[in-house]
Amino acid sequence: MSRADIGRFLARQGILIAFALFIIGFTIANGRFLSPDNILGVVRSSAILGVMALGVTFVVISGHLDLSVGSMMSFSTIVVLDLHDKIGPVLAIPAMFAMTLCLGAFNGFLVGYLKLNSLIVTLGMLSAIHGLTLTYSGGKNLDIADKDGTWFDIFGQGTALGIPVPILMFLGIAALLGIVLAKTPFGRKVYAVGGNGTAATFSGIRRAHTVFICYMISSGCVAIAGVIQASRSLGSQNTVGQGLELDVLAAVILGGASLLGGSGTIFKTVIGVLILGFIQNGLLLVGLDFYVQYVVTWVIIILAVWLDIAAKRGRLWSSIA
Amino acid sequence: MKSGTLSSFLKNGAIWAFVVSELIFFSVAGQFLSLSDSAFMDPGNMLLLLKQSAPIGIIAVGMTVIMINGNIDLSVGATFALCGIVLLDSMTWPIFAGLGDWVIPVSCLLALLTGVALGAINGLIVWKTGVDAFIVTLGAMLGFRGLVFMYNGENPTSHLNWTLVDFAEAQALGLHTATWVLLIVTGVIWYVMTRTVHGRNAFAVGDNREAAVNAGIRVGPHMLINFMLIGFLSALSAVVFYAESGSVNPNDGQLYELWVITAVVLGGTKLTGGAGSILSTLGGVLAIQLLRKGLGHIGADTETVNLAIGLILIAVLFLDRQLNTRGKEELKI
Repeated sequence: MSRADIGRFLARQGILIAFALFIIGFTIANGRFLSPDNILGVVRSSAILGVMALGVTFVVISGHLDLSVGSMMSFSTIVVLDLHDKIGPVLAIPAMFAMTLCLGAFNGFLVGYLKLNSLIVTLGMLSAIHGLTLTYSGGKNLDIADKDGTWFDIFGQGTALGIPVPILMFLGIAALLGIVLAKTPFGRKVYAVGGNGTAATFSGIRRAHTVFICYMISSGCVAIAGVIQASRSLGSQNTVGQGLELDVLAAVILGGASLLGGSGTIFKTVIGVLILGFIQNGLLLVGLDFYVQYVVTWVIIILAVWLDIAAKRGRLWSSIA
Repeated sequence: MKSGTLSSFLKNGAIWAFVVSELIFFSVAGQFLSLSDSAFMDPGNMLLLLKQSAPIGIIAVGMTVIMINGNIDLSVGATFALCGIVLLDSMTWPIFAGLGDWVIPVSCLLALLTGVALGAINGLIVWKTGVDAFIVTLGAMLGFRGLVFMYNGENPTSHLNWTLVDFAEAQALGLHTATWVLLIVTGVIWYVMTRTVHGRNAFAVGDNREAAVNAGIRVGPHMLINFMLIGFLSALSAVVFYAESGSVNPNDGQLYELWVITAVVLGGTKLTGGAGSILSTLGGVLAIQLLRKGLGHIGADTETVNLAIGLILIAVLFLDRQLNTRGKEELKI
């Protein structure tokens, strides 16, 4: 290994190294940081963002964006809470899944088959779904009438084998989607479409179809996140997911997925989500206000992406004149 | 930028045709549905509409330049809030206590400088690191918002200066101050983009960055100037808005970037860069504001506005693609 190789390795794995340094630093600053309770707490509170980020990873690898996941999550949360009291949780969950998947299908149709720009389409859908949610709920907050008599709270508040259910769902879905992305023909198609769409088409891959499925996966993940969110609080505002789309994207980018498509993995996205969660938690534990994390996240995102592309081009500074 | 062919006329004129048809629709529908007695086209109502368009409109003009340049800026909302705080808070600083009302221009200048500095940070990072502007400004959106919160916690920052409020509420020649600022900004930036070297370079860089480099344009400093420009305009928008309201909530300006981008895209500017028009952006801003006010006027729920704007945005994108056959390198499948 020459020195350049070592430098490249450090830059490539920079995000993991930085993560390790963060954890060591916070552990020294506050002994409770690495206690099992704290770790479970962090992962649990990251689970909703995490599940959404898993789906968005597929969309980003296929070379597109999904900015509608935040308002879509508000939609699914409101719908499942509303239907819970009307038709019971057993029917409410599949009904809400069907509705959310329809929204994802609409995104996928517009971006995949009509080939419209995904940034603007999902920006439009962000606004449209927000309007849809408000129209559905009439602008009111929703609460489940009988909060003690329902088993619906299991998804957000329950534990199994001593581990909170949201964590199990997050890790379970991560494992499932990780296998789909890394080990199945469909996963390879997603990379091919994002890496070089024209080449993928010439290889006989149905590009529009692949993109469509990616958006369906994204909306499916959003529906699951909605169930966790609704179940955790058993009541919700119309704007519960507002702004989450950009946090989700930040986690995916932090994990090293390129916005140009074709690169990224589920494992790295999980790391990205955990980095955001642990930084937030660590800063709180050392006594800083919650908003300091925004500034830290800013610096980390830019450093992470910068190091990544610097390693690829072999020089630190860009060649822009 | 020369119009002449039918399709380019359609593209440049479409947004204004849309604005006019919105006016007609809401005037007619308002006759039957509106609960208020005044007509939709009532002069007072229209003047108010222009004034309310100003905060988004001023930023949208800057965003048009950024997008013609092939970049995007997601941090404008946070810049807006931070500059608002600087404007209001600096008026209460003890070092300016002796200035009397002369504190107003000093505070405005401080706010504008803050905006330019924030824009310069983004521009420098884009230039020097080569990271995509989308990611740089996504990070900055979080970072600047963090700075907003660090300034005063979760408390609003408030300070009413009545001289400033009077100035903001003045109506020179019938138009509000905010409207004047919007019109002047639009005029100046329109001139810059169509009549100066900097404007021509912006189109060239957005259309083909490599060719622009080969033609001797210094792309880095050029983009830096544009980011400083949008920072300045976000700050100007904050000055215009907070001069009258006098109170900044730390969450102010959230989702502004999305409204602004919507207005710019409605005006026909390409996300990929190289094409766009400042005047059409003004049309896009007015179209959104008309839709908001018009739907309220005919008694529709405010929530339908979001639904309508989202669907219109997608429809515009679809129509634009059908009309615009040029620049399609994608394979037809």
